[in-house]
Amino acid sequence: MEGWGRYPRHESQAIDCRLPGALAGTVAARAGLIGRGNGRSYGDAAIGEHATLMCRGLSRMRSFDPANATLTVEGGVMLSDILRSFVPRGYFPPVVPGTKFVTVGGMIASDVHGKNHHRDGGFGDHVSELKLVMAGGETLTCSPTRNSELFFATVGGMGMTGIIAEATFRLRPIESGWIAQKTMVAENLADALKALQQTEDATYSVAWIDSLSQGSSLGRSLIFAGEHATLDQAGGMPDAGRFAAKHAGSFSLPFDLPQWVLSKTSVAAFNELYFRAGVRKAAKTSLVHWDKYFFPLDSILEWNRLYGRRGFLQHQCVVPAEDALAVLSGILERFARSGKGSFLAVLKKLGGGSGLLSFPAPGYTLALDLPVTQEVFRLLDEIDELVVKAGGRLYLAKDARQSRHTFEAGYPRLAAFKELRKVTGADRHFSSRLAKRLGI
Amino acid sequence: MKAIGKTLLLIGGTSDIGRATALIYAEAGWDVLLTGRKRSAVQREADDISARTGANVLVHELDILLTSRFEDFLGVVSPLPDTVVCVVGELGEQSRAERELEHAAMIMRTNFEGPALLLGLLAERFAARGSGSIVGISSVAGDRGRASNYVYGAAKAGLTAFLSGLRNRLSGSGVRVLTVKPGFVRTRMTHGMKLPPLLTAEPREVAQTIFAVAEGSRGGDVVYVRRIWRPLMTAIRSIPEPIFKRLRL
Repeated sequence: MEGWGRYPRHESQAIDCRLPGALAGTVAARAGLIGRGNGRSYGDAAIGEHATLMCRGLSRMRSFDPANATLTVEGGVMLSDILRSFVPRGYFPPVVPGTKFVTVGGMIASDVHGKNHHRDGGFGDHVSELKLVMAGGETLTCSPTRNSELFFATVGGMGMTGIIAEATFRLRPIESGWIAQKTMVAENLADALKALQQTEDATYSVAWIDSLSQGSSLGRSLIFAGEHATLDQAGGMPDAGRFAAKHAGSFSLPFDLPQWVLSKTSVAAFNELYFRAGVRKAAKTSLVHWDKYFFPLDSILEWNRLYGRRGFLQHQCVVPAEDALAVLSGILERFARSGKGSFLAVLKKLGGGSGLLSFPAPGYTLALDLPVTQEVFRLLDEIDELVVKAGGRLYLAKDARQSRHTFEAGYPRLAAFKELRKVTGADRHFSSRLAKRLGI
Repeated sequence: MKAIGKTLLLIGGTSDIGRATALIYAEAGWDVLLTGRKRSAVQREADDISARTGANVLVHELDILLTSRFEDFLGVVSPLPDTVVCVVGELGEQSRAERELEHAAMIMRTNFEGPALLLGLLAERFAARGSGSIVGISSVAGDRGRASNYVYGAAKAGLTAFLSGLRNRLSGSGVRVLTVKPGFVRTRMTHGMKLPPLLTAEPREVAQTIFAVAEGSRGGDVVYVRRIWRPLMTAIRSIPEPIFKRLRL
């Protein structure tokens, strides 16, 4: 079994669960278990120490209340299904990550953040209630006010408190499926951080960084700010166009690319073209389809094969705002110097996270992905030291390799999390390869 | 969701094809009545479809083997649906059916007796009204008996013949009778089997075909979901029996 990054790979017994009624018995019967949704966490978070509960079959929506836009679903419901059903009806999920092929249970367990985290918080902040199947098989209802300790341990808890059987959350009313996007150009990292600060009032904002530029243009980037287009902005479009499901088809990568395809030269060429295209669009507002704005990579199904058979690592850290410029410069410099071009380098401002192990913390987050090679591990260890020194942390949903030291330094509420696992018996029952590696 | 005042009766609402079909109709604004053996299981599907689409979805407990209850069931189905789709089916185990009378009978009754009797009763009511679509899901396995699944295949052949006769009788009455043969479909029934991709449909694809055929945007009375099945089955049917009996198809 492997995660989306295809590294590492471990043996784990897959157990199918299709009926909510069977959950209690299935969960209680096996220890060293972790729940798995659609397998989009990058590393070893959704690989059970001994067994893995495949939750994709728990994919039924339970109810929708239009009066307050509240949706209740089983944990295995996919974000793509929610979008398919509700965008045409004028609703959007409160928070979406960079792919729509994730389950609701996975989004809560990772407390995923989106381009609106600076304003709206993580997905967990919009969950009003969840049903958690505990170690002994009993189901407990948790909310911010009921069994709240368990609730805040489950949000961002990487599945280590139990199996998320059901969740209730609010959707956001929208007037169209289009995003009014404004592109800004930043010549270097300082400019980029400033631009993200300036776009704080925008609902969505994110920066794409040219990870290979060095010297005075280190961290040059394009900043994309976005709003759900109003009826006026999308005006003139008939209903069918205003909430258009999809404009273009998608294609699958049919085979693994050899590693040389993503070389320094090819990434540099791509970055140059992409940056220039952004400069041309700067300052103009354009309407972008929601699918393209939020999930550009989803149109290439199985894009993880871009990196070849050895797989890839995603490195996502968050560092406090005060030292962000110095620390992130240091990280980008090391990357640029090593020549390990990252195909995808994204910078974004985060607010705080509510779960005990939630990744988001006030500051800036930088995400880079890199093909697996021996040198990359050394490079990332060095970078982790910079992150630790700055008081930052790494995102567990993307982690495949960080050390216990890095992890423990980054998550100050870990002791409370472990205590809660002990009290509920979860510590003897729920465990992933990630939990084992990091000593949770 | 715009309500259009039409109702679908879906027999077999907890199967993958049934669920996908009900969803397609609900998305198009139809009211849906789902039946299934276990109320809690059907209710879960009904809630799902209703949450996804905003459509009215009701459930009714109905066991296809309890034929004596069919009249009572139809007595409470009101108003009479505009379209009925029966997706009930049970592959069973051929080798077990060869040894156990009961298992063989269950396969025959689930795939033929139950669906045929129920659709027959509905046909009476549709004919009296002078309108409606009746869709029976049969199988390519009914096109020719094969060693690996002839109990199931024979029952489906029976259903195919029954629907053919019903269609013949009701021709010109305003009632349409349609036979849909899905071929291989990626469902619980075929879970774990090796399926040829070109011949294998997804449940949603089957559902779209059912909707298109029943509601008139795709022609044909006997429809293979993937069109490639028609020439393929024509070829298989035309193999002379002396040769066919030696083949392992």
